Amino acid sequence: MSRLLLEGISRVFEKEGGQSTQALDNVSLDIKAKEFVCFIGPSGCGKTTLLRAIAGLDTPDSGKITLDNEHITVPDPRRGMVFQEYSLFPWRTVMHNITFGLEMQGMGKKEVIEIADKYLKLVGLEQFKNSYPYELSGGMRQRVAIARALANEPKVLLMDEPFGALDAQTRNILQQELLQIWEKKGVTILFVTHSVDEAVYLADRIVVMSARPGKIKEVINVDLLRPRDRTSHEVNTLRERLLNMLAEARDQ
Amino acid sequence: MEGLPLHGIGGNMNINLVEAIRKNGLEILSISAVIVIWQLFADLVVNNKLLLPSFTDVLFSFFKIIQNGTLFTDLSISLLHFGLGILSAVFIGIPIGVAMGWFKSVNRATDPLIEIVRPIPPLAWIPFAIVWFGLTHVSAGFVIFIGAVFPIIINTVEGFKSVPRVYVEAAKVLGCMKDRELIRYVALPSSLPSIAAGIRIAMGVGWMCLVAAEMFGVSTNGLGYKIWWHYYLHQMDFVLVYMLILGFLGLLIDKIFRWYVDGKLLKWREGVVV
Ligand SMILES: Nc1ncnc2c1ncn2[C@@H]1O[C@H](COP(=O)(O)OP(=O)(O)O)[C@@H](O)[C@H]1O
Ligand SMILES: [Mg+2]
Repeated sequence: MSRLLLEGISRVFEKEGGQSTQALDNVSLDIKAKEFVCFIGPSGCGKTTLLRAIAGLDTPDSGKITLDNEHITVPDPRRGMVFQEYSLFPWRTVMHNITFGLEMQGMGKKEVIEIADKYLKLVGLEQFKNSYPYELSGGMRQRVAIARALANEPKVLLMDEPFGALDAQTRNILQQELLQIWEKKGVTILFVTHSVDEAVYLADRIVVMSARPGKIKEVINVDLLRPRDRTSHEVNTLRERLLNMLAEARDQ
Repeated sequence: MEGLPLHGIGGNMNINLVEAIRKNGLEILSISAVIVIWQLFADLVVNNKLLLPSFTDVLFSFFKIIQNGTLFTDLSISLLHFGLGILSAVFIGIPIGVAMGWFKSVNRATDPLIEIVRPIPPLAWIPFAIVWFGLTHVSAGFVIFIGAVFPIIINTVEGFKSVPRVYVEAAKVLGCMKDRELIRYVALPSSLPSIAAGIRIAMGVGWMCLVAAEMFGVSTNGLGYKIWWHYYLHQMDFVLVYMLILGFLGLLIDKIFRWYVDGKLLKWREGVVV
């Protein structure tokens, strides 16, 4: 279950002075439960706009987004999101960032703490539970953001370039950890990235997009076993294919 | 933390004192120098208690008002006026600022009104304060309220307007949807630094209004009133004592407020030195 269906999503942003940007043009996609889908494309091709629409933070001009046949119009804890910029509440400790969603559900204090502890452990930050976000490194902050989103037990996790600001090494470690979490939790992940390496390492399917208007250019199935060797022949071939596609998308 | 480390006894304390002098030597030296110059200048050059009371004159007057207890009556009355004004400004100003900062229509409806009323100097309200509330504590509190409420409103609105969008969106995605909840759990804590800064400004303005309001006869007690009263009696040493007390008290209130806000409420902020 928990099938996510995008049907003909279009979104135009009107700018002052009569200009307009077509951020998304007729985007359709059928995403299975527990699938790991990566979105890649030149900047400005509507990746963020698409994730925001699926989260319910933005309303498309036309088209329909459904999760288990339920029309998505407003945000809902069943669709978690990890943002590109640091989005932890700086006035809450790590622990209380993770408990936020559970508190909003009106869950009892004791239960909230129990669940939060579980997710703290999942991302390996037990010893930082009483720290404030400013005391954490970028990688740790995004780990907390993942734990915070997962604590609500969403069916779909939307991630918008979550590791974009991290150094290469931290990025590799977090990719590995994310795959483990994904396998353990059985959640559907939609992951936006601008890194070909990242997409090839993570995805079941890679959606390549092109800009102006934002469209799906191609969808690639990645049938490589995990854990993937970042330097194997198959991975290299796929990476090359993707790079060529992206160069085309950029030139259009 | 500020203040001298006062643990330990006897010799230990002497060492602490010596250390404190060494650390703050320049500050202590400059204050002492000013006091000495003031004393000599008043005694030897001016030699007129009306024009310039000396340091020792002021010190004696200070002991006198402590001894006969008037200081404590005036102090508590002034603090009552101040408390009335600041608390009502906080409890009225923050909700107004919240409504203006969160709801665009409220902002559009109230902003022009506020911009018209705000430039009126708080002291210009004194006649109305007296007509409306008589010569009561409320009357003095009202003048302080007028001075204090606008900085609080404006800083609350500013704080709300600069809440990063990503916090609001993160909260929405986590199931915090209603305006009331978003305000309480996201916008208010996020704007707390700005609101606290507004209250700090308000306290400074309120303190000035307090003295003026009491001087202009909104009250028949209080530190500000006493300045005027001793002036009529040509007791300038007392005038100066009350001036200094007002200064030190203002400083103290500000220090306590900052200690509480920066050390307790806003300890989540990066780079805050307590
Ligand atoms: N709120 C908005 N108002 C106006 N234009 C927007 C807005 N959000 C996005 N856009 C425009 O839509 C296009 C796609 O943006 P975005 O989805 O952020 O792209 P990406 O995440 O792929 O880089 C860009 O040209 C951007 O300028
Ligand atoms: Mg983006």
